[in-house]
Amino acid sequence: MNTIEVNNLTKKFGKFTAVDKVSFTVKQGEIFGFLGANGAGKSTTIRMLIGILEPTFGDALVGGFSIKNEPDLVKKNIGYMSQKFSLYNDLTVAENIRFFAGVYGLDGKKYEERKKWVLKVANLEHMENVITGSLPGGIKQRLALGTAVIHEPKIVFLDEPTSGVDPISRRNFWDLINELSEGGTTILVTTHYLDEAEFCNDIILINAGKLIAQGNAKALKSNYIKNPILEIESERVVDSLEILEKEKWVGETSIFGNYIHVILNDNKINEGNIIHLLTEENGIKVQRVEKIIPTLEDVFIHLIEKDSKKNVQ
Amino acid sequence: MKTILQFIIKELLQVKRDKKMLAVIFMAPILQLIFLGYAANMDVNVIHTTILDQDKTSISRDLIKQFEQSGYFKIDYYVNNYEEVTELLNEGKTLVAVVIPKDFEKKINRRETAPIQTLFEGSDGNKASIALGYIQGVTTKFSQGIVTEVKDKLGIKISLSGSLTPEVRVWYNPEMKTRNYMVPGILGLILMISTISLMSMAIVREREIGTLEQLIVTPLKPYQLLLGKLIPFTLIGFVVLVIVMVIMTQWFGIVVRGNKLFLLFTALLFVLSNLGLGLFISTVSKTQQQAMMASVFAIMMPMIYLSGFAFPIENMPSVVQYITYLIPLRYFITILRGIVLKGIGFSSLWFETIILFGMGITILIFSALRFSKRIE
Repeated sequence: MNTIEVNNLTKKFGKFTAVDKVSFTVKQGEIFGFLGANGAGKSTTIRMLIGILEPTFGDALVGGFSIKNEPDLVKKNIGYMSQKFSLYNDLTVAENIRFFAGVYGLDGKKYEERKKWVLKVANLEHMENVITGSLPGGIKQRLALGTAVIHEPKIVFLDEPTSGVDPISRRNFWDLINELSEGGTTILVTTHYLDEAEFCNDIILINAGKLIAQGNAKALKSNYIKNPILEIESERVVDSLEILEKEKWVGETSIFGNYIHVILNDNKINEGNIIHLLTEENGIKVQRVEKIIPTLEDVFIHLIEKDSKKNVQ
Repeated sequence: MKTILQFIIKELLQVKRDKKMLAVIFMAPILQLIFLGYAANMDVNVIHTTILDQDKTSISRDLIKQFEQSGYFKIDYYVNNYEEVTELLNEGKTLVAVVIPKDFEKKINRRETAPIQTLFEGSDGNKASIALGYIQGVTTKFSQGIVTEVKDKLGIKISLSGSLTPEVRVWYNPEMKTRNYMVPGILGLILMISTISLMSMAIVREREIGTLEQLIVTPLKPYQLLLGKLIPFTLIGFVVLVIVMVIMTQWFGIVVRGNKLFLLFTALLFVLSNLGLGLFISTVSKTQQQAMMASVFAIMMPMIYLSGFAFPIENMPSVVQYITYLIPLRYFITILRGIVLKGIGFSSLWFETIILFGMGITILIFSALRFSKRIE
C-alpha cells in the first residue's frame, strides 16, 4: 500500500524551477531516503508535501489526502522535524512536551502515556524539568523527533535530521527511526550522509530539481553503473589522478582518502594496464589495484556528473 | 480553546524565563514614568538673574528689591559693566540680565518714561518668554507704585477704579504644573511602547529560531496562533498600565478624576491598534533587529512626536495636523488627559473612543489577514 503518492510535483520561484515534475511513491512502513546535493530541491519537495509551500502544479497524496485540496487533513496525519532544532530552548523539557501535545489536542491519559514515551526515547526520564537549551545536541535531536511524533502520526518527514550531530548520536537517532518504522510509521528522510542512505529501504536521488535515480541501495549500485570500477592505491595520488584522466579509456575519477576510484569505459582494460601506465611510463609506485563493487557515493557522483553534462548540452 | 490556552501559557512561561526581558517589560516603564515625570517639566520656578545697576540710586535699589521679593528671581550677580554681562550670558550662567541705565531716577522724577534694558539668554525661547512675563509683572507693579505715590503727594485721591482685575480660577490643573499635564500622557506612551515592542518580536522571533515552521506543520490554525500571542501581550500591557497608574497616584499625587474602568476600556481599544502595528512589523521583518529598528523609528518615534504628547498639535502646520489624525496615540492621550485631569467620560469623549475602536479593529484585521496569508 502506498502512503505517499507524488505526481508531477513542480515548484517554480519566478523563472527558476526548483522542483521539476517529480513523481514517486512511498510504501507504508518503509524508510524512504531522499538524496541530492544542496539546492537540488529536496527541502522544497518536502516543504510542499507537509503543506508549507504550495505546488506550482502537480499534486501529491499524503496519507490519502491531497496536499492541494486537503492540507488541514494532511497536517493531522504527519510529523515533521527539520535540521533547524525546533523546540523552545527557553522552556523545560516537560513544558515543550506539554505545549506540542496541546497543539495536537492530546490530553488526559493519552497525554501522560505519550509524554512518558517521549521522555523514554530521548533518554530524559527524571530530567523533565531541565531547560531544553542546556541539553547536548544528540539528546535534543531525539527529543525533537519524539515531540514531532507525539501524536503518533502515520507519516514522518525528517529534513536532514542528523546534520551537525556526532556519529554516536547519529547512530542512536537512527535506532529510533528504525523503531518507529518497525511500528508501522512511514518515514521520509533527506540526508547528505550516504552511509545513512544504506539504512533506507528505498532511495531517490534528485539533481537540479529532477528525479534522476530510484531504487534500493543494492539495485542502485548494480543498475546504474555497468562499467567496472577499480580502486587504486598509489604513492602520488594527485599526480596519478592527472595521468589517468588523460587516458581515453578512463570514464570518471574520484578521490576517496588515499585511494582513487576509476570507472572504466573499456572492458578490455584491466589491473595490468593501470600498473603499466603509472609505474613503467611515469615512475609512480602502485601498491594496489583492485576491482570493487561501487559504493553509493560512486553511483551518485556518476549519476550527478552524467546528469549535469546532459543539462549543459 | 484549549490549544489557545496552551499557547498563552507557553508565551507567559517564555516571558517569565527571560529575566532581561522581564526587567525591560516591568522595570523600564516604572523608571520611564518616574524620570519623565520629573524631566518633562517646563515650569520656570527660578530665574537666574544678573543686575547691572548704572544708576545706583534709591529708586533703582527699590526696583532691585522688587525683583528679589517677587520670589521668582534669584539675583546671582551684581556686575559693573557690559563685558561681564556678555560673559555671563555666553557661559549660560544667567538667564536674564537687567540693566538699569544712568538717568533712571532722574527720568522718574521728571515724570518721563524710564526704560530699563533686559537681556535674555534665549536659547530656550519658551523659558525666556516665561521669564519675560514675570519681569513685566514686576515692572508693572513698580510703575503702579510710583503713580500712586505721586498722586498721594499731589493729594489726588483716586482709587484704581476702572482698571480691570481678572479673578483667576484655573480648572483641571489648578497649580498649573506641567507635570500634571504630562504624566497622563506618559501612561499612553508606556502602554504603546510595551505592547508594540512585545508584539513586533512575537512572530519574527519564532521564525528566526525555526519554531514558526514547526507550528505551521501542526494543525494549529493561524487565528489560534494569533490569539495565543495577542492575549498574553494584552494582559502584560494591562499589568504594566495598572502599575504605572498606581505610581502616578501614589508618587506624583495625580488622581484619576474620571471613571477608571472607562480608562481601562479605552486602553484596551488603544492596545488593539498597537498589537496590529506590532504584528504588521513582525510579519514583514526578517530578523528581530529589523523588527526592533522598524518599530522604534518607523512607528513609535513619529507617533510620539505627532501625538500631541510633547508638542501642541495646534501649533503644527496644517498639513502635519492632518497627519496627526492618523495617529492612535493622539486620541488616547486626549482621552487620558480628559479622564485623569477633567474627570470627563464617554459623553464628552465619544468621538475619540469610537475612532480608537475603528482604528484598532481596522489595523488589527489588516495585519492578521496579511499574517495568515503569509503563513499559508
